[in-house]
Amino acid sequence: MNIPVPGMNGCMANDSLQKTRRLCPPRVYVENWLSVSYVPYYLPCPEIFNMKLQYKGEKPFQPVTPSQYPQPKLLEQKPTELLTLTPWLAPIVSEGTFDPELLHRIYQPLNLTVGVTVFAVGKYTQFVQHFLESAEQFFMQGFRVHYYVFTNDPTAIPRVRLGSGRLASIIPIQGHSRWEEISTRRMETISQHIVERAHREIDYLFCLDVDMVFRNPWGPETLGDLVAAIHPGYFAVPRQQFPYERRPLSTAFVAGGEGDFYYGGAVFGGRVARVYDFTRGCHMGILADKANGIMAAWQEESHLNRRFISHKPSKVLSPEYLWDDRKPQPPSLKLIRFSTLDKDTDWLRS
Amino acid sequence: MDPREFWGKSTKFWLCLILLFAVLLGFYSQDTHSVVLQRMQLEKKESSERDCHLDTCRIPEVPRLVYPKAQLLKPTRVDVLVMTPWFAPIIWDGTFDSAILDAQFRNITVGLTVFAIKKYVVFLKLFLETAEKHFMVGHKVNYYVFTDQPANVPQIPLQEGRQVVVLEVRNYKRWQDISMHRMEMISNFSQQRFLREVHYLVCLDVDMKFSDHVGVEILAPLFGTLHPGFYRGDRQSFTYERRPLSQAYIPRDEGDFYYAGGFFGGSVPEVYRLTMACHQAMMADQANGIEAVWHDESHLNRYLLYHKPSKVLSPEYLWDEHMLRRPPLLRKLRYVAVPKNHAEIRNR
Repeated sequence: MNIPVPGMNGCMANDSLQKTRRLCPPRVYVENWLSVSYVPYYLPCPEIFNMKLQYKGEKPFQPVTPSQYPQPKLLEQKPTELLTLTPWLAPIVSEGTFDPELLHRIYQPLNLTVGVTVFAVGKYTQFVQHFLESAEQFFMQGFRVHYYVFTNDPTAIPRVRLGSGRLASIIPIQGHSRWEEISTRRMETISQHIVERAHREIDYLFCLDVDMVFRNPWGPETLGDLVAAIHPGYFAVPRQQFPYERRPLSTAFVAGGEGDFYYGGAVFGGRVARVYDFTRGCHMGILADKANGIMAAWQEESHLNRRFISHKPSKVLSPEYLWDDRKPQPPSLKLIRFSTLDKDTDWLRS
Repeated sequence: MDPREFWGKSTKFWLCLILLFAVLLGFYSQDTHSVVLQRMQLEKKESSERDCHLDTCRIPEVPRLVYPKAQLLKPTRVDVLVMTPWFAPIIWDGTFDSAILDAQFRNITVGLTVFAIKKYVVFLKLFLETAEKHFMVGHKVNYYVFTDQPANVPQIPLQEGRQVVVLEVRNYKRWQDISMHRMEMISNFSQQRFLREVHYLVCLDVDMKFSDHVGVEILAPLFGTLHPGFYRGDRQSFTYERRPLSQAYIPRDEGDFYYAGGFFGGSVPEVYRLTMACHQAMMADQANGIEAVWHDESHLNRYLLYHKPSKVLSPEYLWDEHMLRRPPLLRKLRYVAVPKNHAEIRNR
C-alpha cells in the first residue's frame, strides 16, 4: 500500500520524484574531452568540500508483491561456516545467506541505477575489455548500470558491447609516473566525480579495481548504505597481523587493539551520498599525510581501513566478492564471484 | 617614501584593476551560483535531516573502542538463524556488541508507546520500574503513556534524560477495540508530535515487565518480534487471518514469521506508515462486517509480510514463562508477560 504522507518532510521521498535521464541506446560512447583542471595536490578544492549535494530522494519501504518462496528456517541445525552478522549487526554476504529471487523482487521496482568506477591508467587499460565483458555477464543483471572508466589514454579503451540499460563513460584523468600516486588519487577523483556528475546519474556506486573479472553473479545482495569487502588474504588472521598503517604519524594509523576486518581497497561502495562522504574523508587523510611527507603502507587501502573502523560499513561482503585466484579456495567460500586476473604486477607497474 | 605618495594615482589604478579582476573572476566562476543554490538547499536539507532517522542518513562515527574482534570463520550462533533471507538481522544474545552499537546510536531519543486503558493501569508501575532498569539504559527515552485515567498513572523515579508523557485518550467498551485502536492513536500522535520529539518508536504491550537488557540493538527503520508461540512452526500453522474477505488475509503458502502484536517499532515515519495502514485496513474490515481473528496482530502480520522489516527480534524479546517452557536456545528473557486473570481484567 502506498500511502501519501502529507506534511512530513525528511528522508521520505516524494513518490512523484521525476527522473530526467533518458535511456541511451546500447553502445559505448566516448565523453567529450573534459578539460580537467588539475588542482595541486596540497590544495583541497574549496567548492567540493563545502558543497552539499542534492541527491535523489531516499525511498520509503516499498511493498513486496506476494510470491512463493520457502519459509525461512529459524532453527538452523546445520552449522553455518561463515559469520553472517558483524557485531554491529551489519550482514556479511555470502552464498546461502540470501534469497536472490526475493531480493530481486524487492529491489527491481525501485528502478535503481548502479554505477561502477574503474581506473585504467597506463598499462592497466588492457584489463578493461575482460572486466567489462565479465561485468556484462554477471554484474547486476536486470538493473541499469553505468560504468565510469577513468583513464589517461581514452584511445586505448576498447569498445565493448553493452546490454540494454547499461552505459559506459570514459573519463580522462591525468596519469602519473609512480603507480602509488595513481592508486592514491582514486579517492580524490571519485569524490570529485560524484560531485560533478555521478550524484545525478546513479543511486548506488561501486568502486572496483580493473585488473579483476567477475566469475559468478554479483547482484542486489551487495547493495547497502556503505559496503566494504573482506580482503582475501587476511580473513583468518588476528587483528594484530593486519597490514594496517602502524606509524602514529600517519592519519591512517591503527593501534594494536583496534580493527574488525581487513577490508580490500579493490571493492567498496554504497549509496552515492555515503560513498562521497567516505572517499572525501579518505582523501582528507591522504592530503594530511602528504603534507607530513608520509605515504601509508598500502596507500589508499590503509586509509580505507582506518575509516571503516570509525565509520563501520552497513554491509560487509565476504571474500567471495574479492578473491585472489592464486589462493586455494577454502570450503567455507562457496561461490567466488569477483577475483584477480593472473598478471605480472612488476611489469604493469613499471 | 612619503606615505601620501604611496597612494598616488598609479597605485589607485592598479588597485582598481585588481578589484575589477576579482569581480570578473566572481562573475565567470561558473560554480558561484550553484554553490549559493546548494547552500540554500543545504540549509533546507539540514533542517530536514533532523527528522531523518539514523539508518539512511549518515554512517554514524564511533570513537576508539576496545572490544573483541569478530571471527569470520566462527559464527556466533549455530543453533539459530541470525539473518533473514532479505538481510534483516534476527537479534539473539551473542550476535551483537552493545559497546559498538551504543556508540553508533548515541544522541538519539527513543519513544516508547504503551496503552493503559481501564483496568490495565495496574500494570504501569511494574512496567515503568523495570523499563527504567533495562530499557535503553544510557539513552534518552520518552515514555508515551496513553490512558483514559491520567490521575492513575503512577509517579516513578526516572533516570536522567527520561520522561513520562501522559496522553489522555478515550476508552472502548470491548477489549478488542481498545487493542485495535492503538494503531489509530499511534498514527495520530506520530504525525502530531512523535516526529518532532523522537527518532525511533517502540510500541509495547503494558501487561509485561522487562527482565533483561533491551537496548539499541533493536533499533532499525522497521522491526517486528517473533511471537513466542510460533517461532518453531510452519507457515501453515500460523494464526494469520485466513478469510479472503479481510484486509489482513494471508494465503496458506505465504508468510515468513508470525510476528507479535505486542512489540514492534521503527523510525517514526515507518511506524506512522505501518499504523496508518493497519488502521485503514481495520476500518475497511469494519465496513465489510468482519473482524480479523487476532485483531491488530493480524493486520500487523499482513503489513510485515509485504513490507519486510529491517530487523527481527527473537522470542527473547517477548516471552511468557507461564505458558511456555524455556528452551536452551533462549539464553535470555528480556521482556516477559505478567500473569493476569484475563476474564477479570478485560471488558470491565
